[in-house]
Parts: sequence; C-alpha cells; structure tokens
Amino acid sequence: MAQQENNLPVFQFKNVIKHQPLTPGNNIAILENINIEITRGNIITITGPSGAGKSTLLFLLNRLIDTDQGEIFYQGKKLVDWDVTELRRQVGLVFQHPTMLAGSVKDNLLYGPLLHNEYPVESPAQLIEQVELPSYLLERDARDLSGGQQQRVTLARTLANSPRVLLLDEITSSLDPKTSSSIEKLVISLNNEQGYTCLWVTHNNDQSRRVGNTTWYLNNGKIEVI
Amino acid sequence: MSLTALILTLTFVGIAIILSLWQHLQLEKDLIIGTIRAAIQLTAVGYILQIVFDLNEWPYLLLIILIMLLVAAQNAARRGKGINNIFIKILISIAAAEIIAMAILLGFHIVDSTPRFIIPLSGMVIGNAMISCGLFLNRLFQEIRSKKDVINVALSLGATSKQAINSALRNSVRASTIPVIDGLKTVGLVQLPGMMTGLIIGGTSPIEAVRYQLLILFSLTAVTTISSMILAFLTYPSIFTEAHQLKQIIK
Ligand SMILES: Nc1ncnc2c1ncn2[C@@H]1O[C@H](COP(=O)(O)OP(=O)(O)OP(=O)(O)O)[C@@H](O)[C@H]1O
Ligand SMILES: [Mg+2]
Repeated sequence: MAQQENNLPVFQFKNVIKHQPLTPGNNIAILENINIEITRGNIITITGPSGAGKSTLLFLLNRLIDTDQGEIFYQGKKLVDWDVTELRRQVGLVFQHPTMLAGSVKDNLLYGPLLHNEYPVESPAQLIEQVELPSYLLERDARDLSGGQQQRVTLARTLANSPRVLLLDEITSSLDPKTSSSIEKLVISLNNEQGYTCLWVTHNNDQSRRVGNTTWYLNNGKIEVI
Repeated sequence: MSLTALILTLTFVGIAIILSLWQHLQLEKDLIIGTIRAAIQLTAVGYILQIVFDLNEWPYLLLIILIMLLVAAQNAARRGKGINNIFIKILISIAAAEIIAMAILLGFHIVDSTPRFIIPLSGMVIGNAMISCGLFLNRLFQEIRSKKDVINVALSLGATSKQAINSALRNSVRASTIPVIDGLKTVGLVQLPGMMTGLIIGGTSPIEAVRYQLLILFSLTAVTTISSMILAFLTYPSIFTEAHQLKQIIK
C-alpha cells in the first residue's frame, strides 16, 4: 500500500478550469483546461504576474474553493471525495497575508491539533524556534506581533498539523534576507528529511532558483513549466 | 380620556411641524403621514382587540398571534438578505421564543389565560424577539465581513464550519441581547418603561405595575436569548457550502 502510494503523483490536474469574477459579468481565466502532475517530494515554485491566480491555485488545492470544471486528484483520489477537514490537515496552506487567530501565539500553534483533540508532535517551543522566533513569544497576544513575526507564526501553525504537503504563499515577503534564508533552509530540510511536497509562490527569482526543483510560470490561464 | 383631549394632543405634532418648517428640516411630510398612519393603525388595532377580548375564543387569538409572528419575521428578514430561507428561519426562532414564554407564563398560572393578558404579552415577546433577530443578523454579517480571513484560516487548518464560525456566532448572540440586559440594569432609574407607565396612568397601583414590568423584563431576557440562539443554529450552515467553504453571500 505504501509503495503504491509513493508511485502516485501527489496532485494530478485533469482538464481543470477555474475562472474568477473580474467585474460583474466579466471573468478572468485563472486555469484554462490545465493537465499537470506534481510528483512526491518536489518543491515547485510558482511565479507569474500579480492577479494571475497563484493564490487562487493554492486555495483550490486546500479546497477553500472548488474548480469550475475538471478534477484535481490528491494521492489518486478526487479532492471532492476526501473528507475535507482531513484533506486540509494533510495539505497545509500558509496564506499570503498573515492572519492571527484570537489568543496567544501558543493558542495559534495549537489550534489545528486541538481541533482533533491532539497535541502537536513537536512542542510549541520547538515549533516556534524552528521559524527563528524566541519561545518567550508563546504567551504574547498573537495580534501584537510584527508582520514578519506573524508570517513565521503562520508557517509554524501550519507545520503543527504535520501536513504532507505545504502550500506556501509568498511567506518571506516581510522578512529580512537573513531570516528569509533561514526559512528557505527550514523548508528545504523538511523536504529532504521528511519528504514534504511543497508548492511555493514567490516573486523572487533568486529564491525560486535556490529552493525549487521545478518552476511554474502562471499567466493567462496557462502554466508554463520552466 | 375624551376624544377632545385626544385631538388636543395633536398640538404636539403641530409644534414639531412648526419647528420643522422654521428650521427647514423638511420633516413635515413624514410627520403628517406618520401621524395619520399611527392614528389609523392603532385605532384599528384597538377595535380588533376589543372584539377579540369580547369573543374570548382561541381561534381568533391564535390568528392575531400568527399575524404578529408573520409581520415580525417579515420585518427582521430584511436584515438577512443572502441567507436562504431566512424568513422561515426567523419565523421559527421567534415562534419558539413565543411558545416557550407563553408555556411558562400560562403553564405556571403567572398570568390569566385570557386574551387581555396573552395578546399584549405576546406583542412584547414577539416584538423583542424580532429586534433580537435583527440585531443578531446585523452583527453576524459584520463579523463575517471583518473576520473573513480568520474564518478561512480556521477552515484551512481543518476546522469545520461550526468551529470556524463559533466565536462570530457567540459575539452575535451576545450583541443581540445587550439592549435587554442593559435595560435590566438601568430600568426605573433612567425612564419608566412604557407598559408600567401605561398601567400607572390607567389607575393600577405602582407596586402592582412594577410586578408586571418585572415579569416582562425577566421573560424578555429569555426571549431575546432563545430567539437569537435558535437563529444562530439555523443560519450558520447556509453561510458555508457542504464542503466547509465560506460562501460569498456578502460582498
Ligand atoms: N474571493 C475572490 N472573489 C473574487 N475574485 C477573486 C477572489 N480572490 C481572487 N480573485 C480574483 O482572482 C484573480 C487572481 O487573484 P489571486 O489572488 O489568485 O492572484 P495572485 O496571482 O495571487 O496575485 P498576487 O501576486 O497579487 O498575490 C484576481 O483578478 C482577483 O481579483
Ligand atoms: Mg496572491
């Protein structure tokens, strides 16, 4: 079973069409009949002009929204056939704009696991130190943190769910180069050591080259593999 | 009160109209229409109540309560545009509050089971449940608008719709009960409630009037909470799809 699972692509797009409303009665094509696969253990970086639909693509994979037509498969099973809460735990999304849930940083980190009456595999202190934040921040009100700190808490919060896939949406946009580089190393090590598959939206071409095995250029509803 | 006396009270409306003309407030038209409507509506209601009291028969009583419920639900439903079947959902919430309130008041023989008691008390119960439902919906839409990102984050981490909307629902129920609960704290100190004022002017002793007023206030705390909690329970599922996705009901 495990063997079979490993051979399957993590994601498979079959004739996927997704439009978003631009103005009333006027749609913009985000994905126009896309057929593409993502194999296990890859880091795919996604670039493309602003408004092309990079965030929309990640929302589709976490199933916060659905395709208009066509199917996306995760581990050989249609997204719509998965128990959606289980799917979302396995396919973790880190949003483009950090949003803190009510409560302390610790409350944020424990939110996902506690939904299932579980405790994260790694302690809150380990989780937060992983993203280069001091553990004394755990008790702070999460909304009092700086933008860059919040961005890292959102990554740690998603990691607390022990996902198999990471969807990262410009997660280093508010970080200094040094912290940015630590986050890159963290993601690369998660990929190397624990086999996380990643889709990483970034506008930074250097970052894209440093971390990605493959780059997708999304524009006008098409994906160009670079 | 004599009819002449009643007509003399139009002096107040006259004063308002003169002030409006003088200060160019342009309220004259609304004042005149409002006055005529109030006079006709209340006079009609007065006659209908007189008939129902005299007949003292259940079908008429139930009909009047049903009309009250429908009008109240229709009125509150305007605040819930975008939620499917909102009229029915509000109707159920208000009706439940009315049924529970009447079951307690009549079941424990706190008041007599006559139209003279049931209709005015039902009016207050239904009216307050209506306001509570309206406030609940107002706040809920506001919460969804301002906390859309928070709700999506919760969903993305594996929360169900219920878990993701829980705190917004709780805030909205709380907001819907604030007027009644604040009223409890200051009642009598700031103003005498309308019902008590009416009873006292009608000749009831202030002590007796206070008892009825307390009865009303206490039952209204329950009524507002019950109606908005039931409404919360009925409305939250239609804010989400079956796959626990936030719908775009509000732009
Ligand atoms: N919830 C929504 N409702 C309607 N339209 C949306 C919604 N989210 C995104 N869009 C539209 O879909 C298009 C793609 O948006 P998206 O956020 O996916 O772009 P992006 O590639 O991530 O851009 P950026 O690089 O600026 O983050 C845009 O035209 C946007 O206006
Ligand atoms: Mg984006």
